[in-house]
Amino acid sequence: MNYQPVIGLEVHVQLNTQSKIFCGCSTRFGAEPNHNTCPGCLALPGTLPVLNRQVVDFAIMAGLATNCTITPNTFFARKSYFYPDLPKGYQISQLDDPICADGWLDIEGEWGLKRIGITRIHMEEDAGKLVHGMGGGSGVDLNRAGMALLEVVSEPDIRSAAEAVAYLKQLYQIVTYLGICDGNMEEGSFRCDANISVMPEGSSTFGTRAEIKNINSFKFVRQAIEYEIGRQVDLIEDGGKVLQETRLFDPAKVITRAMRGKETAHDYRYFPDPDLVPIVISADWVNRIEKNLPELPDKKRQRFITYYALPEYDADVLTASRDLAAYFEETAAFANNPKAAANWVMGEVSRALNDSGLYISQCPVTPKALGELIRLIDSGTISGTIAKKVFDQLWTDGGNPAEIVEKQGLAQVSDTKAIEEVIDSLLAASPEQVAEYRSGKEKVFGFFVGQVMKAMKGKANPAVVNDLLKGKLA
Amino acid sequence: MELFDLTLYQLHEMLHNRAISSRELTKTMLERIEATDPEINAFISRTTDLAFEAADRADYKLATGNCTPLTGIPIALKDNIMTSGIRTTCASKMLENFIAPYDASLWVRLKEQGAVLLGKLNMDEFAMGSTNETSFFRPVHNPWNLLHSSGGSSGGAAAAVASRQTVAAIGTDTGGSVRQPAAHCGCVGLKPSYGRISRHGIIPYASSFDQAGTITRDVRDASLMLKAIAGYDVKDSTCADRAVPDYSSALTGAIRGLKIGLPEEYFSKELSADVKKAMDTAVQVFKDLGAELHPVSLPHTDYAAACYYLLANAEASSNMTRFDGVHFGYRTENSTNLEELMIMSRTEGFGSEVKFRILLGTHTLTAENYQKRYVKAQKVRWLIQQDFDNVFSKVDILLTPTTPTPAPLLGEGAEDPLQTASSDIFTNPANLAGICAISIPAGFSSNGLPIGLQLMGRPFDEEGILKAAYAFEQTTKWHMEKAAL
Repeated sequence: MNYQPVIGLEVHVQLNTQSKIFCGCSTRFGAEPNHNTCPGCLALPGTLPVLNRQVVDFAIMAGLATNCTITPNTFFARKSYFYPDLPKGYQISQLDDPICADGWLDIEGEWGLKRIGITRIHMEEDAGKLVHGMGGGSGVDLNRAGMALLEVVSEPDIRSAAEAVAYLKQLYQIVTYLGICDGNMEEGSFRCDANISVMPEGSSTFGTRAEIKNINSFKFVRQAIEYEIGRQVDLIEDGGKVLQETRLFDPAKVITRAMRGKETAHDYRYFPDPDLVPIVISADWVNRIEKNLPELPDKKRQRFITYYALPEYDADVLTASRDLAAYFEETAAFANNPKAAANWVMGEVSRALNDSGLYISQCPVTPKALGELIRLIDSGTISGTIAKKVFDQLWTDGGNPAEIVEKQGLAQVSDTKAIEEVIDSLLAASPEQVAEYRSGKEKVFGFFVGQVMKAMKGKANPAVVNDLLKGKLA
Repeated sequence: MELFDLTLYQLHEMLHNRAISSRELTKTMLERIEATDPEINAFISRTTDLAFEAADRADYKLATGNCTPLTGIPIALKDNIMTSGIRTTCASKMLENFIAPYDASLWVRLKEQGAVLLGKLNMDEFAMGSTNETSFFRPVHNPWNLLHSSGGSSGGAAAAVASRQTVAAIGTDTGGSVRQPAAHCGCVGLKPSYGRISRHGIIPYASSFDQAGTITRDVRDASLMLKAIAGYDVKDSTCADRAVPDYSSALTGAIRGLKIGLPEEYFSKELSADVKKAMDTAVQVFKDLGAELHPVSLPHTDYAAACYYLLANAEASSNMTRFDGVHFGYRTENSTNLEELMIMSRTEGFGSEVKFRILLGTHTLTAENYQKRYVKAQKVRWLIQQDFDNVFSKVDILLTPTTPTPAPLLGEGAEDPLQTASSDIFTNPANLAGICAISIPAGFSSNGLPIGLQLMGRPFDEEGILKAAYAFEQTTKWHMEKAAL
């Protein structure tokens, strides 16, 4: 029998606010354990949460960018469970009337264009972290406790691992474009729980689902989902039953396994948090945020195609992140040549970034320098080959391309007289090759070009060399 | 008349005129505590050294003319109010040795205004109780009759004021925990409107009900204490951002034409004969003062107690979850794994009343019961608020007994927990509605126990109830009576 997987995703987006959601503590990653804490995020009795307004702004931004409705009256609820990384014994979250609801994202792929529903987006605080393997036992680090999260819950509209990854990548692109998440998946800034079930093809009744918790890379999401689908299908084929349970993905073994310990259905005892007042979001508030939304990936891609006349492929690559797109646009402006700018950014710049493991925001060559470099090529001052050398110098030492060219005498020679002299002596010294060429072996032309370039240390203007050679050999 | 018998206002005048020093006054109060507290048990912790340091600072300020009505005044705080560096126990084994690293906002204000802290006051464990018998540090005895309860949960606060161990005290009132013990001990107990005083740094019992309140010898002192601690606090989202009036200037004694409502539901209850008599007398006093008395009805009053216990316990069960033996407070020594650590720490660290309320509240919040109990109770709460809105469009304040009976004997409630719960029936509604209320002395029972009357006012109209209370007090002088100790 063939089976149809049904997948819904819950994504936790850590917001890059300066301070935590309910206190003034720093959100800086990598501090000493329990350094970024106060009586509030330590949950000392008597402390009270005070909402960070920026979290609401960010949630509205995320809602607008994912076609959600913004809830005018929203509130926080307490979700209770006992765990050592949850110092209050409850998480301040939202249940009823979440801040955003009923949105969608369109994903594109081998399946064509497909709309994935977004059930809801809600605000909540993160828990702390358990640190195991300390001297005599485990420790609790509450630096992360109280960091602001958005939980984005999709409809069970996803039907394959590939669709899941496409949806996640798009959501990731949106939150990083909005600048509300730093996108650092290794540090857990964007992580996902996947609800997976399978049903016989053609059926409309979903199977029992398993939830795979806390997957923090696109690759792991794909592997986890693929493995889990296979596991469930095998189980059913063997006459077994899928249990509703929480599972963990083991990236080393590429399997999922049931979380240890009894997984009784939790009763979280949600109720409105009496320490916080309801949040009333006016239309004005939403409009103000909508006006200031940055251009989102889809729009930017379209603009790159129409305004810069770039091929679709280039537009896709260059809009992968907001920083990359901005780098390209600045370079194109300085270069006054969008296609050349696109080639350089997708080529040399990307290669160099990859080799050194840097982000575009850390690129040592500024868009201005790169733009000027491109202008030097376009004006015929240097060749493409020389330009690559200059780029390498800009990368390691910085500086101004024109000065580098000037100082190191890299400007190409377009002076016909100088080139003619070299050609003349070359032709005089290579009678055999000249004869070959004239007898129809046109390949030999390359030999002449190479020799001229070599003699002129690569600085001869290739177009001029070509023209002169052709004339002399005719 | 001893120094410790004087009111805050009188002592302020003396300090201000340099007739006495704060050190001298502080010493007197500490000696009084030393002498009387073995019998009363009002204090859980005394802060003798810190008190003298604070008194000396106050004396310096008094000498330099830089003072407030509270400069140099010895006060005490209920032991659920956070005081940095001084242990805050909530009268629980769970926090027996807990020292907070931060100050409650109201304590910051008191300190800034020069108040001198004498110590931390006994209470029912986590403010859950109404006789002070649930305290891990043993019950508080009523200064008027040591065999009787002080009332609760701010029993230590009321008993300390009534035994003249402190000039004034701060308690907290979730369902009557300031007014009821004040009534039982013959003090003035003021519960301001919800949001009038910051809750930051007060260990919560039920967050949407809790409000700090003052316990004082008289109404003028209540107005001075309220002025000192009321007002907006950025650290409490439920604290109201509105101006704090000068409450003392409302104390004119003139209440001619004031419309006072007598809610029939509060008088049809089984009042003890003594309370009934005291109420009849009080009504006559107000009439003589020129107030208009009107019978009114608060039709949902009968549901208030059930509504209160459902909601308060639900919130309490959640507020108690942080005490898990992991991060702070009591931790069991009888555990071999994490789950046991949490279960045993809570089992050993909480007293039975706290556990009882956690169970009730947890039950209310389960997915199965949430709609039919919690949500329904919230709707009833709204109806009760509507009752008050309606009557306050007709009358200015409401007059009721504070409690149906005077203070019970210690041990009396152990046989019937619901009986002690019923001592809150007249005080719960103000917390459900978030309105302000005050209990003032209104006479004595035949066996010499104090009786209190309650005035309730519109939200944030503390001036209204203080004004009426002051007029009554000036006429009757019940507040001048002193427990013989």
